[in-house]
Amino acid sequence: MKLIGFLCNWCSYAGADMAGTSRIQQPGDLHIVRMPCTGRINPLLILKAFQEGADGVLVSGCHPGDCHYNDGNYYARRRLELLARMLPAFGIASERFQYTWVSASEGARWAQVVDDFTERVRSLQ
Amino acid sequence: MRIGVFVCQCGTNIAATVDTEKAAAAGSLRDVHHAETIQYTCSDPGQRAIIDAIREKELTRVVIAACSPRMHETTFRRAVTRAGLNPFMMDMVNIREHCSWVHSDVDTATGKAIDLTSMGVARVRKQASLFSSKVPVTNRVLVIGGGVAGIQAALDIADAGLPVTMVERGPSIGGNMARLDKTFPTLDCSSCILTPRMVEANQHEQIDLMVNSEVDTVRGHVGNFEVDIRKKATCVIEEKCTGCMICQEKCPSRAPDEFNAGVGESKAISVPFPQAVPLVANLRKEHCRQFIRGKCGVCKKVCKSGAIDYEQEDEVTTERFGAIVVATGYEPYDWREAYPDYGGGQYPDVITSLQYERLLSASGPTGGHVRRPSDGEEPRQVVFISCVGSRDESVGRPFCCSVGCMYIAKQAILTKEHIPESQSYVFYIDIRAGGKGYEEFTRRAQKEYGAVYLRGRVGKIYPSKGKLMVMGTDTLSGEQVEIEADLVVLAAGFAAAEGAGELARKLNISYDQYEFLSESHPKLRPVETNTGGIFLAGACQGPKDIPGSVAQASAAAAKAIGLLSKGELETSPMVAAVNQTRCTGCFKCRDVCPYNAIEAVEARDGHQTARVVDSLCHGCGVCNVACPPAVISLKGYTDNQLIAETLELLR
Repeated sequence: MKLIGFLCNWCSYAGADMAGTSRIQQPGDLHIVRMPCTGRINPLLILKAFQEGADGVLVSGCHPGDCHYNDGNYYARRRLELLARMLPAFGIASERFQYTWVSASEGARWAQVVDDFTERVRSLQ
Repeated sequence: MRIGVFVCQCGTNIAATVDTEKAAAAGSLRDVHHAETIQYTCSDPGQRAIIDAIREKELTRVVIAACSPRMHETTFRRAVTRAGLNPFMMDMVNIREHCSWVHSDVDTATGKAIDLTSMGVARVRKQASLFSSKVPVTNRVLVIGGGVAGIQAALDIADAGLPVTMVERGPSIGGNMARLDKTFPTLDCSSCILTPRMVEANQHEQIDLMVNSEVDTVRGHVGNFEVDIRKKATCVIEEKCTGCMICQEKCPSRAPDEFNAGVGESKAISVPFPQAVPLVANLRKEHCRQFIRGKCGVCKKVCKSGAIDYEQEDEVTTERFGAIVVATGYEPYDWREAYPDYGGGQYPDVITSLQYERLLSASGPTGGHVRRPSDGEEPRQVVFISCVGSRDESVGRPFCCSVGCMYIAKQAILTKEHIPESQSYVFYIDIRAGGKGYEEFTRRAQKEYGAVYLRGRVGKIYPSKGKLMVMGTDTLSGEQVEIEADLVVLAAGFAAAEGAGELARKLNISYDQYEFLSESHPKLRPVETNTGGIFLAGACQGPKDIPGSVAQASAAAAKAIGLLSKGELETSPMVAAVNQTRCTGCFKCRDVCPYNAIEAVEARDGHQTARVVDSLCHGCGVCNVACPPAVISLKGYTDNQLIAETLELLR
């Protein structure tokens, strides 16, 4: 299974680092792409990933209000919520896409997100 | 294109679960001319191996599969620079935190490491050399606010040789500290330690002091701000006034005494307080008979130096600054509306700690004799109530003021010193005395000065036979307590200075729901804001005591000095760039930019196009997505790079 995770550098990427430092085991399907901010994530890139055969796409950034760039994640939330609602119209199961917020200190939560998301997509296979 | 791949074993941290040789064999990819595993890439021999390989194999780009780039990206950028490459021609792949440490199965971890490494190769293939640009800076600092934090910051900066403009909206510098009688825990006389600093700031040849002035508008960005400063009309010509106070003596119009926190009265024209800096009278039009009735002119007649000018108007000057220190301080929380049970301001003998401070002060309205406001009698029973408008969810002020416990202890001690027969009672929630010598000080108040501490909140205060009945609960004994008080002192919490939010919007810095200004990072960037070149000092950032404010002011000063010390600024090259020839000038990018980093420029054919101001752009990339014709690109995270990286995984 090929899962892609687009993570903001400041919160979720650091949160994933924290999960690693704490050695919290996770399934190995998710591949993380580092982004400066979730506000940088173009919904078209996610569609492109699905078009090319990604089994699932996960986006994670700073919690609303905590964005390193003040409000990049608010833009992300609007864009990604819209995308999430549009995906079924393209014939892509909505379970294959998720966006969430994980802070730099939430290593355990990150591992849980990866677990849940991987399981969710796997159940579709 | 010649790419080198280096896979770190990190001892066994990576090598235990990732077959690093196999991961390096991802090196069979297109354009990869060199691949090797290294035991510790970050070590000196590891870095040397990379540099040697770059030189020998004439590599032009490098992928390093190792730990998190948040750990060692800078290390390896420097290493490839030493080998003659552009630092951005290196890309790190995280096969430790995101791979070897979170997978125990060797096949899974190795497979993923291979995928991640190839993604890194795909990404670095699309990378371009990036160069930071340099911009000259203006060697002048603006300090907003003339309290102890502003004074400290201004003096530190000026002593370092940089010119400073200090803007204070009130008629004198000194801030809230000038109002205090003594300071905890040493009982130093507040004005004795502050006044010399105020005078020094005024006389310093590098400091331009502007009182009665406010910041109107702020343009520009880090290194080069352009600020309009409004000097408000006070009807007194500052250069001519000698501070003799004859006008104040003869003035027939009474006015509230703002410096004394409303205790006592002043005149419409007055010198704010005897130690004011600058020692200049100012006229408050809203209380002046000349302006209310159109005739008086007493002050003009008695002023021997001809300093009175009723026609004076606001003056706006524009100055350029390289950095700005915001030190706008705090004001005591206005408790009256939120606490009707404490009389809501109806009982004259229920006062705030700052008002009590003025009653204790030798330069205060009572000359340092504690007299209660209602009848001028000396109080015998004084009740202090802590946390009025702080640590109180019910009035929407959940945060701690951080100094209340300490100044209550101080005032209890001073009360006993002023009136030996007096008895102080303190209602508290918890005693928070977390500074050097603080805990000892609160104990002294109890043991040596006999202050009675009662743990609990006061429910009601009501007047009875010329006294105030204070009803509360002692939660330790579980008993109801009723105290017949002559004077009640409320430890009002901290509120941001009036207009702090408005100023923050002018400066484009963030603030919280209480209008305290937000630092860039609570631990590691405590004096920076999210806008480059703007620093915070003192209580404008959050409740603080004097040493904390002074320390933060010196830190902010050091940041401002450091910023301007090189004469020019190196900007981060990972910023957005607009392809001007294809820009349609819709300015959606400008709408979404959190940093006002997009400016309009006129193209040759006259239509407006967007341009990114490099020194302002933080590289978030929000504009990159918002651009309808997709002609803004965030360097280092271009669409091409992200697509290449994604497609490589799905290949």
